[in-house]
Amino acid sequence: MRLLIRGGHLIDPGQELDERLDVLIVDGRVERVGKDLKPGRHGEVLDADGLIVAPGLIDIHVHLREPGQEYKESIETGTRSAAAGGFTAVACMPNTTPPNDNRSVTEHIVKEAARHGYARVYPIGAISVGQKGEQLAEIGDMVGGGVVAISDDGFPVMSPELMRRALLYAQHFDIPVIQHAEDLGLGADGVMHEGEWSTRLGLPGLPGAAEDLMVARDLRLLEETGGRYHVAHLSTARSLEMVREAKSRGLAVTCEVTPHHLLLTDREVFESGFSTHTKMKPPLRSEADREALLGGLEDGTVDAIASDHAPHHVDEKDVEFSSAPFGIVGLETTLGLCLDRLVRPGRISPYRLVELLSTGPARALGVPGGRLAPGDPADVTLFDTKRQQTVNPTRFQSKGRNTPFAGWKLRGRPVATLVDGRRVELR
Amino acid sequence: MNATSWVRRDLLGIADLSAAEIELILDTAESFREVSERPIKKVPTLRGRTVLNLFFEASTRTRSSFEIAEKRLSADSVNFSASTSGLKKGESLIDTALNLQAMSPDLIVIRHAHPGVPHMLAERVEAGVINAGDGAHEHPTQALLDAFTIRQHKGGFEGLKVSIIGDIEHSRVVRSNILLLTKMGAEVTVAGPRTMMPVDVESLGVRAVYSLEEALRGTDVVMMLRVQLERQAKMNFPSVREYFELFGLTRARLKAAKRDVILMHPGPMNRGVEIASDVAEGKYSVILEQVANGVAVRMAVLYLLSGVHQEVG
Ligand SMILES: [Zn+2]
Repeated sequence: MRLLIRGGHLIDPGQELDERLDVLIVDGRVERVGKDLKPGRHGEVLDADGLIVAPGLIDIHVHLREPGQEYKESIETGTRSAAAGGFTAVACMPNTTPPNDNRSVTEHIVKEAARHGYARVYPIGAISVGQKGEQLAEIGDMVGGGVVAISDDGFPVMSPELMRRALLYAQHFDIPVIQHAEDLGLGADGVMHEGEWSTRLGLPGLPGAAEDLMVARDLRLLEETGGRYHVAHLSTARSLEMVREAKSRGLAVTCEVTPHHLLLTDREVFESGFSTHTKMKPPLRSEADREALLGGLEDGTVDAIASDHAPHHVDEKDVEFSSAPFGIVGLETTLGLCLDRLVRPGRISPYRLVELLSTGPARALGVPGGRLAPGDPADVTLFDTKRQQTVNPTRFQSKGRNTPFAGWKLRGRPVATLVDGRRVELR
Repeated sequence: MNATSWVRRDLLGIADLSAAEIELILDTAESFREVSERPIKKVPTLRGRTVLNLFFEASTRTRSSFEIAEKRLSADSVNFSASTSGLKKGESLIDTALNLQAMSPDLIVIRHAHPGVPHMLAERVEAGVINAGDGAHEHPTQALLDAFTIRQHKGGFEGLKVSIIGDIEHSRVVRSNILLLTKMGAEVTVAGPRTMMPVDVESLGVRAVYSLEEALRGTDVVMMLRVQLERQAKMNFPSVREYFELFGLTRARLKAAKRDVILMHPGPMNRGVEIASDVAEGKYSVILEQVANGVAVRMAVLYLLSGVHQEVG
C-alpha cells in the first residue's frame, strides 16, 4: 500500500519542518518526506494542495466513558469523534465504571479501541485503587496492559503521602503522574469560578487558589521525588506561573490547557443565562487567567492543548445549574476553535499550534507520534485553515452534545485523518 | 414612561430592569395600595387568570404575600409546594415545567433553592414567570417592596445612604437590593463579617465595610439581614453571642445613623442574633410596613406581567 500526500504544506515540529513538502507512505509508515515525490507503481495520491499536513493530532485528556457509562459515550463513538475532529490518538481518563485501576479494564479498553480503529487509544490508569486516594493501584501491571500514564482525574490526589508515593513509583515505568489539581478542602461546594460573576449570580465559588495550592504542593513534592508530573487542564495565572518557574529550575513538569479556558471566561455563565454548558471543572476562570494562559501558549510554558472531552447525556445536563454534572465535549471543536480564535488573529503560529496539538502532547505523555520521519507510523492530520464551519452539536459523532460553542462560526477545520496510513472513513 | 410601555413577560431579576421600569412598578403599586385599604379588598383585574405558586423551598411569608395579592386581584391561584406535591421526588425540573405548561397557567411564581431555575423555567413555558427567590441569586419582589417602602419615607433614592448589614454572601435580598438601589442612584454600603462577604463585592458598585459602627454612621436606611444559624457550622462565625456582639443592632448603636433613619428587615427576624427586640419594634422600624407593602408591590407585578393593561390600552 503506497499513498502519496502531495502538494500540502507540511508542519512537523518533530523534525522542525514548516514548508511545502510531500509525504510518501508505504504500508502504514512514513517512507519519505521531500519535494516532488512520486507515488510509485500502483500508488494512490491524496491531493493536499492548499492544506496543512501535520503529524496526527493527539488529545491527551478525554473521557471515553467505557466501560460502564456507554449512555454518555463509548470507545467507538468517542474515537469516531476524535477522528472527525482531526485527532489520530486520544488518551482516556480512568474514571469509568468500574474505573481503569487494574489490568483487565485496561485490556478491555485496548481491545475495544483496536476493534473499532477510528483512532489510537492510550489508556491512563488510576493512581489509586477505585480512585479513592488511599492505596496505590497495580500500576506496573496496568503498564503491561498498555497504560501510558496514571491519574485519578476527577478525584484530585488529596493525600500528599499518596502523591509522593505515586511520583516515586511511576518512575519505575517512566510514566508521568497526571494531577487534576484542585484542593478539595477549599470551596469544594463551588459550581463556578469564585469572583465577580459568582458573587453576582449567587452561585458558590471554586476559588483559583484551590488549584494553586495543589500545584504548589505537588511541585514541592516533585523536587523531592524526581519523576514526571503533568498538570491536567491548568486554568489559573498563578498555577501557570509556578509551572513556568519550576520548568526554569529543570523540574520535569508539563501542563495542558483546554480550548474553553483559552476562549471563555466566568462571565459566560451569566451571558448564557446559567447554561449548564458553561459548567465544568476547573471552571471558566477570569479574564486575567485567560490572558495568562494565552501568554503560556506563546512563551512555550504550555505543552499541550487538550479538550477534556467530557460527554454527558442530554438529560443529565438539562437540569438546574447547581445540580448539573461538570464537563463539556471538545474533540470535534478543538481544532476549529484553535484555528479560528488562536491562529487566525495571530496569537500563535500554525507551527506552534501543531506543536500544542501533536508534538507537545506526544512528548508530555511519552507516546509515539508528533513527527512524520521515515519509519514513523503514518498518523497524519490534514486541515484547511480557510474552510468555514458552524459548530452544530446535532451532527457530532460523539454521543455528547454538551458544548458551549454551538452556533460558533469557525474558519478552519480538519479535512482528513489518517491512522497507520489509512484514511479514517466515518460512515 | 406610561403603563402601556411595559413589555416584559417575566420578572426574573432586578438585573434585567431599567430605572424607568422600576419606577413604573412602584407607581403601579401605589395605586394598588389603596385597594388594600378598602373595606372590600378586591378588584376584578385578573378574573379568569390562573396563577401557579410553585414553592420548592418553604416560605410562609413570600408565598402568603403572593397569594393575598393574587386573591385581591381575583386571580385563580393554585399552590404547589415541595412537601405536598411530590415535586421533589425525582421528577426533573423539565418534566415539572412541561406538566405545568399543560395546565396553561397565565403566570407562575417560583421559589427555588438553586440560582437560575426561574430563568430555566421561563425558557420552557408560555406563562410569565416571577422569581420569588432563587438561591442566593435574586429576590426581585423583595427589593421592589423595600424600594417602595423607602420611597414612601424618603421621597426618592438619589444620594440616599443605604446600609445593608449581615450575611451578604448568602443573601438574594442583598443582590436584588444592590442592583435596584444603585440603579436608582442610592449609595449602598454593605457590612458584615469578612467571612460572609462575597469576593469582589465592590464590583457591584457598593462600598464594603467591616464594622457595624462604620456602616451605621450617617446612614438614611438600615437594612438588617437574617443570619442563618446553620452558617455557624460552616465556619462563617464562631457563635451567636459573638455575632451579636460584633454585628447585632442595638438601640445604642443605631444612634450613629441619621436622626430620621428607617430600619428595615426582610424577615423572618432572629431577635437577639442580628437585631435586639426593642429596636425591631422601636420607632425607627418600618418592618411591618414592608410586609403590608409587599402585597401592593406583588399586585403591581402580577398586573403588569399579566398583560391586562395592554388589552385595555
Ligand atoms: Zn479533571
